Amino acid sequence: MSPHAAHTVAALAGPVLDPVVDLRRMLALHFMVNAFRAGTIVAVLAAVVGWLMVLRRQSFAGHTLAVVSFPGAAAAIWLGVSATAGYFAGSIVAALVIALVPRSAAGRPGSQESAVIGTVQAFALACGALFVSLYGGFLDGITGLLFGSFLGVSDGQVLALGAVAVAVLVVLAAIGRPLLFATVDGPVAAARGVPTRALSVAFLLLLGCTAAEVSQVTGALLVFALLVMPAAAAQQLTARPVVGLALAVGFGLVVVWVSLSVAFWSPWPVGFWVSTFGFALYLGAIGWRAATARYRRRPVRGTGVAGERVRARALSSGAAGA
Amino acid sequence: MTTGAFFVLAHPFLESAFAAGTAIALASGLVGSVVVLRGQVFAGDALSHVAFTGALAALALGVDLRLGLYGGCLAFALLLAVLGRRTGADDTVIGSVFAWVLGLGALFLSLFTASSSGTGGNGTAGVSVLFGSILGLTGGQALVDVAVALSVVAALVAIGRPLLFASLDPAVAAARGVPVRALSTVFFVLLGLTAGVATQAVGALLLLGLLAAPAGAAQRMTARPYRALWLSAAVAVGSMWTGLTIAYVAPVVPPSFGILGVATTVYLATFAWPALTRSRRPGLRPTATTASAPAAATATGGGTGAR
Repeated sequence: MSPHAAHTVAALAGPVLDPVVDLRRMLALHFMVNAFRAGTIVAVLAAVVGWLMVLRRQSFAGHTLAVVSFPGAAAAIWLGVSATAGYFAGSIVAALVIALVPRSAAGRPGSQESAVIGTVQAFALACGALFVSLYGGFLDGITGLLFGSFLGVSDGQVLALGAVAVAVLVVLAAIGRPLLFATVDGPVAAARGVPTRALSVAFLLLLGCTAAEVSQVTGALLVFALLVMPAAAAQQLTARPVVGLALAVGFGLVVVWVSLSVAFWSPWPVGFWVSTFGFALYLGAIGWRAATARYRRRPVRGTGVAGERVRARALSSGAAGA
Repeated sequence: MTTGAFFVLAHPFLESAFAAGTAIALASGLVGSVVVLRGQVFAGDALSHVAFTGALAALALGVDLRLGLYGGCLAFALLLAVLGRRTGADDTVIGSVFAWVLGLGALFLSLFTASSSGTGGNGTAGVSVLFGSILGLTGGQALVDVAVALSVVAALVAIGRPLLFASLDPAVAAARGVPVRALSTVFFVLLGLTAGVATQAVGALLLLGLLAAPAGAAQRMTARPYRALWLSAAVAVGSMWTGLTIAYVAPVVPPSFGILGVATTVYLATFAWPALTRSRRPGLRPTATTASAPAAATATGGGTGAR
């Protein structure tokens, strides 16, 4: 029985609302086990990289790198090679293009860079449309690529996701300290001999790999749900890097597990659930912070801008250590 | 070339595509130029995704697609304007909101595809919202599009001077009595209208390219804001015409790809041009003021070269 048919049968039967029985029935299906494995890997990776991305204010680049995995996958399907390879190829190429942009132009700082990012994104999506047209139409596939599908995750794909995730996390652990330094205070880091430019290129590449991973679960358009929302929620609640990272990972896992379970029993797409639960969590974090701010003795440092408090804290602790 | 152009215009559907396309490109080029200048490309990105949700919500509810399209875009544009007023709004907030709105779009898409048994028609509706269907515009639709796009152009030209001032140096502009906030709100509304109208031409996912690529190219050709404004419009309209012609000559190429392909190539050329001229004439320092109208050919690298 195909995953699609098996899911239809199970979902039509409906949940019996006994968590143990429902969980057992859900996990009796192999594709669902794979979906949970893939979702777990992706949630951990996205939370860690997303936390840094929010701190570095590269949300736009992250979104573009994710979206770009769509033409990669479409091209791979058109050429008859594995879609997983296409996801990674698309995102990594786009990360290199964005990294190579010269950093100077008229207008506000960074405006030229954002124009490049926007153009890369739109052109890549146009390429995706071209590949789909060349392939001769896989209309059902398009919505899967764009909005996610948990039905088709194979054993090999889980293995590839796991291997790439471990590689990204190892590299991130290796460059973590200087990267955080360069992120929090670029000019000072550069003056102290930290290779900020190389670090920024390396981070874009890691971000590209992560975006490609996430888009295989949430679809190319909804990567933000796992990349930004858990990290942004965590940064609302704490300014400590380690606690924040742990919180972000926890949030990501909860969002993915709950969304997969709900999506399994509901007729609505998994992408909708992931983004809805992620957004609810983010709103909850903002509400929590606003509610507790009143009872704190010290005024909250910084504004509501994401990363501002993390920055402020890292700077003051760095100054205290020096 | 001329006979080709006449041949193209012999078909009524191409006539409406060219008419609507020209007006839409003009509006996108002008608005996009200001968007890039203000560093609000990400807001344009968010709007383009909201356009998708709006259109799909209208389809799922069974009302006219454009009602949802403009409604969604305008509502989100006003939300961005309000959020932008407080300094708390940054990429993270915008990103979180639009990712959720897009998730809603996925929901509406699945509701809409499930609502009727015929799979073909509804499936393509979602895809044509995403990637555009300019060749499918009827005469009446094209007329409305032209009207909306031209009113955006007229409004932008009317507020052009103070808007550019407020965009380039908000603090000084505010000190000189320019209503910076009101201008920002009006601009967001214009951006929302442009997003709505451009979605029908190149699709929700690709309209960002029509905003960003011509504007980015124009900004690299000249450092003067006014000249960049019109240059951007010229590049956009040129891309639209060339892209539509390519799509007509080679039917396998989707029109959106043709249009964005040309725009991206022009942008790419503005990066390559100063590098080439610099290597040929090493002693010469190009200045920012020598660029003139026709697209990439006269670019002298006002962006990087002049610095």
